[in-house]
Amino acid sequence: MRLKSLFAKVGVWVALGAIGLGGGSAVGQDKAPILIGHYGSLTGSEATFGQSTSNGIRLAIKELNAAGGLNGRLIELKEYDTKGDPKEATNSVTRLVASDKVSAVLGEVASGLSLAGGPVCQENGIPMISPSSTNPRVTMVGDMIFRVCFIDPFQGQVCAKFARENLKLTKAALFYDQKAPYSDGLAKEFRKAFEKLGGKITAEEKYTGGDQNFKAQLTKIRGTGPEVIFIPGYYTDVGNIALQARELDLKVPLLGGDGWDSEQLGKIAKQAIVGSYYSNHYAPDQDDARVKEFIAKYKADYNGATPDGLAALGYDAAKILFDAMKRAKSLGGKDLRDAIAGTKDFPGVTGSITIDSKRNAVKSAVVVEMTGDPPTPKYRATVAP
Amino acid sequence: MTPLPAASLDLRPSWGEIALRGGLPILVSLALPFLLHFVVGPALGPYPTKLLVDVGIAIILAVSLNIVNGFTGQFSIGHAGFMAIGAYTAASVTYYGSMLIWETAERQAGFLPAGEWLLCGGCLVGGAVAAVFGYLVGLPSLRLRGDYLAIVTLGFGEIIRVLLQQTNSQLFSSDEIREAGRRELFPPPLGGALGFSDIPKYGTLFWVFTFAVLTIWVSYRLKVSAAGRAYLSIREDEVAARSIGIDITKYKVRAFVIAAFLAGIAGGLYAHSGVILSPKDAGFQRSFDVVIMVVLGGMGSISGTTLAAIILTLLPELLRDLQQYRLIIYALVLIVMMIVRPQGLFGVHEIWEFFGHKRLGTRRGGRT
Repeated sequence: MRLKSLFAKVGVWVALGAIGLGGGSAVGQDKAPILIGHYGSLTGSEATFGQSTSNGIRLAIKELNAAGGLNGRLIELKEYDTKGDPKEATNSVTRLVASDKVSAVLGEVASGLSLAGGPVCQENGIPMISPSSTNPRVTMVGDMIFRVCFIDPFQGQVCAKFARENLKLTKAALFYDQKAPYSDGLAKEFRKAFEKLGGKITAEEKYTGGDQNFKAQLTKIRGTGPEVIFIPGYYTDVGNIALQARELDLKVPLLGGDGWDSEQLGKIAKQAIVGSYYSNHYAPDQDDARVKEFIAKYKADYNGATPDGLAALGYDAAKILFDAMKRAKSLGGKDLRDAIAGTKDFPGVTGSITIDSKRNAVKSAVVVEMTGDPPTPKYRATVAP
Repeated sequence: MTPLPAASLDLRPSWGEIALRGGLPILVSLALPFLLHFVVGPALGPYPTKLLVDVGIAIILAVSLNIVNGFTGQFSIGHAGFMAIGAYTAASVTYYGSMLIWETAERQAGFLPAGEWLLCGGCLVGGAVAAVFGYLVGLPSLRLRGDYLAIVTLGFGEIIRVLLQQTNSQLFSSDEIREAGRRELFPPPLGGALGFSDIPKYGTLFWVFTFAVLTIWVSYRLKVSAAGRAYLSIREDEVAARSIGIDITKYKVRAFVIAAFLAGIAGGLYAHSGVILSPKDAGFQRSFDVVIMVVLGGMGSISGTTLAAIILTLLPELLRDLQQYRLIIYALVLIVMMIVRPQGLFGVHEIWEFFGHKRLGTRRGGRT
């Protein structure tokens, strides 16, 4: 077995040498398609996550293949379902890298699943790009793991900057979910950034996800007279908090992260959420040529559906991978890894993306405002890192 | 003492037969882990190896649940709860143990390095903790029957799942672990909803199949022992069993504790098979996977549940190319199976009985 592969390797090198000597470039060139893998939750309770991401990736591949592929080689996608189950994620990625021999892996959306698939890619030396896992741990798995979304704490900075510089406010209160690392992380970063920009935190209150009554904490917050309340929670809790805050005559705007991003938010909070803001990866109504082009193409391909943030990130992850493949010396794990790590100011749909030394994306975020009836997010500002 | 009549001597098996029947299974079971670890695994590659590991763990889970659901006829659907307890316990032993002893949770190379013995100990501790929970859950609830017991066990699994979600975040450096105070250690740092990651990958084919073989052996010895007969009598008719002096609650609890112990070991191995533990592992979905294996294999049949565990673990993986449709096909296969063979693959029988090789402790034509 090993001897055979040695012969194969020697054979390939001899063949390559012959091509080089002969000067013919296209004669012996490998025209086989390049395999890339995607693992995502196509079924299960988070099925929309995987399906949106998959749509975005397929759109990017379709575009590239229509333009003649990568140096004449087409891209082929191998896609496996994880059911939103970490065990399935490990098995899918093992199959992708060990049996299908893909050049790179895209996925997962949920951080817990990326943490399950990541070590397999790391162990086998295959680069992995997560489109939308925001937990800081994901890329700490190893030097093969990248992401194209920003990490949780960054949104805290974005919101602080937005509140301080765009809204020109100086007094903010914190109200966060003490059991969710996501919420806790955002709140800490917000405090740091807001105080650094000369703002003042008037109150810090906590709740537990799933609570029904927030009035005690909100009353305390009201007493300190903040101009904005930062609530980095998930949409169900935020909806209830908004309703109860308005009942208590607490009329200052609320501010939050991408945990708010759901149609449900407007349905739960109704008019109570109007005039509040949250940071997100992208906004469909952004006045940007790239975004408009992407949405037009997506709508044409998927029966007029408007792409959500996950589709946009899936699309960007695939585009960044192709860009790196074009620049890479070879498609081997190490060369490809170096090329992805060298991504700088890549013009993506979700902003201009640079990969930093910790393999995280440095990019701008957008802030949207809830307006209208029923309330929907409208683009308000882009905040650079 | 009068000598035995010559005719009865003829009924005694020859030494060759004794060696074949008694010695061969032992030899095979001793050789199997080594064979899989050193020959089959490397020949097949990483992905099939991972599937074999999954198969081995599924065998332990299914065969152990068979003791409760198959032999004793109780309907437990909280097996994943015990598995998760074992998994989190064993993972804590190896992860935090490695961190404190070697300052890193990296996997140690080679065959049976010190870290793997930590796994072995971790699995046994995990099994023991799961067994304690099995006793605590079993004692009050096993007075219940049928559907009522099923609901209690289901609730147990869900309680474990919710408790695991409430745990603290994992500690990632040895300094953090040493300096951890009450705030970090209570509730225990098991990763909460995000999951327990970075567990060293010691769940090799060798360990998984060593424990799988042991589980099958324990389960078989149990089936053909007096205790096994008591289990079977409880399954067939509780009133009749009590009338002949069988302490029903005691035997039920005992079956429950043994099954929980083995499930805890399976959990320990699962934690080290290169996955990340999440509270979902204690949920009813995982429990149902195991129940399906037992029902499909035949309630009470060890070889049947083993075969079902193999098939049901490999089937969804073999159907992977069908993507989102694979679970529909998988469910269809189950429905067809249950219509064609409602008693399961082998019913209450063992596979060798179909080859006219009748053994102790099983009978033909049992309840189907």
